[in-house]
Amino acid sequence: MILKLATKNILGAGLRTWLNIFILSLSYFVIIALQGFYVGWQDDAAREMKNWDLAGGQYWQETYDPYDPFTLENSHSIIPEELQKQIDNGEAISILFAPATIYPDGRMRNIVLKGIDPNQSLIELPTKYLVNSNNEINCIIGSGFADNLNIKQGDYIVLRWRDKNGTYDARDIKVSHIFSTTVITVESNQVWISLPILQEMLDLPNEATIITIKDEMFDQEITGWQYKNLDILLIDLTNMIKAKTIGSSIMYILMLFLAMLAIFDTQVLAIFRRRKEIGTMMAMGMTRPKIIQLFTLEGILHAILAIFMGAVYGIPLLNHFQKVGMQIGMDAKEWGLSGLDDALYPVYGWKLVLGTIVLVLITITVVSFLPTRKIAKLKPTDALRGKMTK
Amino acid sequence: MALIKINEMFKSYPIGKGKFTALKNIDLKFEKGEFTGIVGPSGSGKTTLLNIIGSLDVQTEGKVEVMGNEVKSLSAKQSSRLRSEHIGFIFQTYNLLPVYTVYENVEFPLILLGMSAVERKKAVSDALKWVGLTDKIKSRPAQLSGGECQRVAIARAIVKKPSLVLADEPTANLDAENSHHILKTMKKLNEELGTTFIFSTHDAKVISYLKRKITLVDGKVSNDEIINGG
Repeated sequence: MILKLATKNILGAGLRTWLNIFILSLSYFVIIALQGFYVGWQDDAAREMKNWDLAGGQYWQETYDPYDPFTLENSHSIIPEELQKQIDNGEAISILFAPATIYPDGRMRNIVLKGIDPNQSLIELPTKYLVNSNNEINCIIGSGFADNLNIKQGDYIVLRWRDKNGTYDARDIKVSHIFSTTVITVESNQVWISLPILQEMLDLPNEATIITIKDEMFDQEITGWQYKNLDILLIDLTNMIKAKTIGSSIMYILMLFLAMLAIFDTQVLAIFRRRKEIGTMMAMGMTRPKIIQLFTLEGILHAILAIFMGAVYGIPLLNHFQKVGMQIGMDAKEWGLSGLDDALYPVYGWKLVLGTIVLVLITITVVSFLPTRKIAKLKPTDALRGKMTK
Repeated sequence: MALIKINEMFKSYPIGKGKFTALKNIDLKFEKGEFTGIVGPSGSGKTTLLNIIGSLDVQTEGKVEVMGNEVKSLSAKQSSRLRSEHIGFIFQTYNLLPVYTVYENVEFPLILLGMSAVERKKAVSDALKWVGLTDKIKSRPAQLSGGECQRVAIARAIVKKPSLVLADEPTANLDAENSHHILKTMKKLNEELGTTFIFSTHDAKVISYLKRKITLVDGKVSNDEIINGG
């Protein structure tokens, strides 16, 4: 009964109802659209980092610390037997790191020299370009780094390194390929060469700094090596996106506030404007709790109808965003953000959509109910005369 | 047994630090089937008396019994139930629900009673026939004249076949022709359905239809007479 009456009342209110519903639908749309971009970024970035760098997790030589470049020189050990088997089966790859210096166009640049098996297929790094039969050392570098140093494919650059005895050596290496990636952890100040060549250059046969594994099934204790699962390896990205999401929450708090204001205002106005109607309902025998239910339900119905209105224009728009993405307008690598390409493609999961609907519905229910408490104090005789009971 | 019994009833309202007594020492009885007018000038306490009889308000002192229910002792829920089941109201300004059609306005009290859709349809149709508005069932109040609005209000008051209809200045906003039409309709309902009607009015036209006239002056009953052979 109450539902039928509430529906009649809000549909009978005409344009005012549809304006409120439109404002509420905007809240749903903006919250879902904004959050979708963050979810999309996180998904893209995590996927790209797994594809290009992390695969299923990594074992780090125990002294390796990515935040301390001074540890690089000594962060290497013999590849443990357990992992060697996986490497031989193509289910893991070993990577050796070494500090080095390159001199493009006579300028000096400190880099991390990384050795990787040219035949690996575990990560998307195009290591096939490291194979060379001309007794040259081939290297691959990322496009952002190459642009930064004005290096082109086919260029030769001087590389200087120090072997395990502390002896400096230098050699020309050929840039055999410049790859493009959104994952800065495989490109920033890094030069990739063949692992056997680097092991020979450093006189560290069969040694590695990290071992990247295909999936987490190899998660086991290995002496001298620390296992880092994807949760740990992606923590920086997760934290950064979390921080950005909190920043964006200001936007959706504003949208929620707008929705709350629209409904609160409507309810207060409705109770004031419809007090004679409330008095009439009381005179006809409607109890106060029923009238409170009626007005609260009218508020909630606005939020429910807004879901449908939001769906009418929101679904095509959100689909459009998903197809074309949001153009970032500048090179995301300059921001130092992994996983951000030229465009950001949002992801709208059920969790996000349902979560937003529930959040807005709960908020609107509370905001719809609060002003109706005035009805509980309203005397029928005052209401019939169009007065509010003090 | 009297439908309504009022004994030594007073009604006061606080005004600033003092109080204003709207009804003073009222002793009245109303029997089933009465067609009674409470007349008197503005501010004489007519509406207050109707509100107390309709359990929309309570007396300050004394006893008011409506269909065996002591008004003051009723809870909000009980008084809502009393109004819903036994009392119909007609207001000077019609008080129709603006977003509802004529049909829906008349149907509203039946929805509150929890009546089935089939029963409601028949009752609404009968009530609209009584007031001669079967051709306006889909109109909204804004599309009706004042007389038509008041006829809808009458249909809404009688649709549940209440024992008592309380009408507060029902003809005050109507022209002479509409007033007579409305009064004839109510008189017919009173005679054919046996519904008790109590009006508040200071309209001379109404008085000619009354069976009983109670005159209120300054909150006191100054005269209570049977007229028109009622």
